[in-house]
Amino acid sequence: MVQTPIYFDNHATTPLDPRVLEAMMPYLTNTFGNSASRNHSFGWAAEDAVEKAREEVASLLGAHPKEIIWTSGATESDNLAIKGIAHFYQERGKHIITSKIEHKAVIDACRALEVDGFEVTYLTPGRDGLISVDQVEAAMRDDTILVSLMHVNNELGVINPIKEIGALTRERKVFFHCDAVQSIGRLPFDVNELNVDLVAISGHKLYGPKGVGALYVRRKPRVRLAPIIHGGGHERGFRSGTLNVPGIVGFGKACALAEAEMHEEDKRVAALRDRLHKKITDALPEVYLNGSQEHRVSGNLNISFAYVEGESLLMAINKDVAVSSGSACTSASLEPSYVLRALGVGDELAHSSIRFGLGRFSTEEEVDYVANLVIDAVTRLRDMSPLWKLVQEGVDLNTVQWTGH
Amino acid sequence: MAYSKEVIDHYENPRNVGSMDKADPNVGTGLVGAPACGDVMKLQLKIDDEGVIEDAKFKTFGCGSAIASSSLVTEWVKGKSVDEAMTISNGDIAEELSLPPVKIHCSVLAEDAIKAAIQDFRDKQEGKTE
Repeated sequence: MVQTPIYFDNHATTPLDPRVLEAMMPYLTNTFGNSASRNHSFGWAAEDAVEKAREEVASLLGAHPKEIIWTSGATESDNLAIKGIAHFYQERGKHIITSKIEHKAVIDACRALEVDGFEVTYLTPGRDGLISVDQVEAAMRDDTILVSLMHVNNELGVINPIKEIGALTRERKVFFHCDAVQSIGRLPFDVNELNVDLVAISGHKLYGPKGVGALYVRRKPRVRLAPIIHGGGHERGFRSGTLNVPGIVGFGKACALAEAEMHEEDKRVAALRDRLHKKITDALPEVYLNGSQEHRVSGNLNISFAYVEGESLLMAINKDVAVSSGSACTSASLEPSYVLRALGVGDELAHSSIRFGLGRFSTEEEVDYVANLVIDAVTRLRDMSPLWKLVQEGVDLNTVQWTGH
Repeated sequence: MAYSKEVIDHYENPRNVGSMDKADPNVGTGLVGAPACGDVMKLQLKIDDEGVIEDAKFKTFGCGSAIASSSLVTEWVKGKSVDEAMTISNGDIAEELSLPPVKIHCSVLAEDAIKAAIQDFRDKQEGKTE
């Protein structure tokens, strides 16, 4: 018998792996020193742990440990990368390229820079959710200083061609920041192969703790940043503030586990995701996958159930399973997902979208349970939907005179 | 978001889901909202020759609050005269269901659905007498 509620929202956050907690425990208890205390054993123990974690995180990225800066999470990392580059290199140029489906931490950091006189190009992804290298090249100007694009989109799970874009930015001598929050620990990632200069990552998306993240900052060729948090000069002056030692230890452990297990886990999770997708589409007509099927991380299934509103579907299933929806009604703004909108998915289908995020601890029993739950709920809600009835009667909904409100 | 127990009750046990014959001269049909906005309500009222609402059916595409609002109004209008039904306001619906401010538009839509259904009925009746 499966235990409910089932957690299928692993893009939002992941549970802490018990092995990570075990690694953290000493640093939450007896080994409590400040890693900046240079003159006693408490400090040394903390510093040793932090440096070991730095090696673990660097190793997962194919980076040198000295290129890893600890932060409070990916939002801070994104802000430090984008604002840090912009403010340090503004004499060189004031143009930035990003996309319309970046995480809000990137989009809003760029918006803030626009107020400061920077110009930002927000690329529109293709219907598959991907940004092409040609789009980036076409948007480049003589004064472009930074390209910021995510590796894997948090709603769609689609994978951008970072390697191709990295080759372009390197050739043009433009800095390249990559938000890799959703890909780290799920996909192989090598900063040198991908030619990225800055990479934002977060602990709690790969079975580590919340409140800890990192920014990779390339040393060769050297990337410099204007800090956004000033203080004691920690982290080579890039980011002041006493380090979150237990969080960092956990983050390091999570990266080490991911490096060892990622390959097997990816295959297993992909099989579960495909099973869920097949069960649902075998039973229900008019279910649409949002974003590229081919270029997609293993744990993600983002689908729209035509003629069923997403929030009402969540209401039917969320006692038993945690997922999220692109429906306006699940957001404070009453706007449907800006990501789905940017793809050109119609508002109707954006309102009907559900994101399933499977992960390390998902099981086949859970998949079968959730599939049945969703099939029953969609069937019930379609029976209640005037749109479904109209379509069954052969009415083209685009010909109906709706009263928008 | 937490739902009120009234919304959950109507969502889990919606009253009067279904359809009536659109062509019946005693049936008024109101179809309001838009798929792009995320909610569409279809409310049908069967009205006798005395102008009393005998029966009501709905179908709704929308969030839990939209479904609950339409379910509630089908209960409320039954047995009421057309004129009485016209006085049901979105405020009454929102209050009964304890809708939060972001869901007030669901109650507005339900009020619009009643008015649209009655208007459709009246248009049909006028067409009949001419």
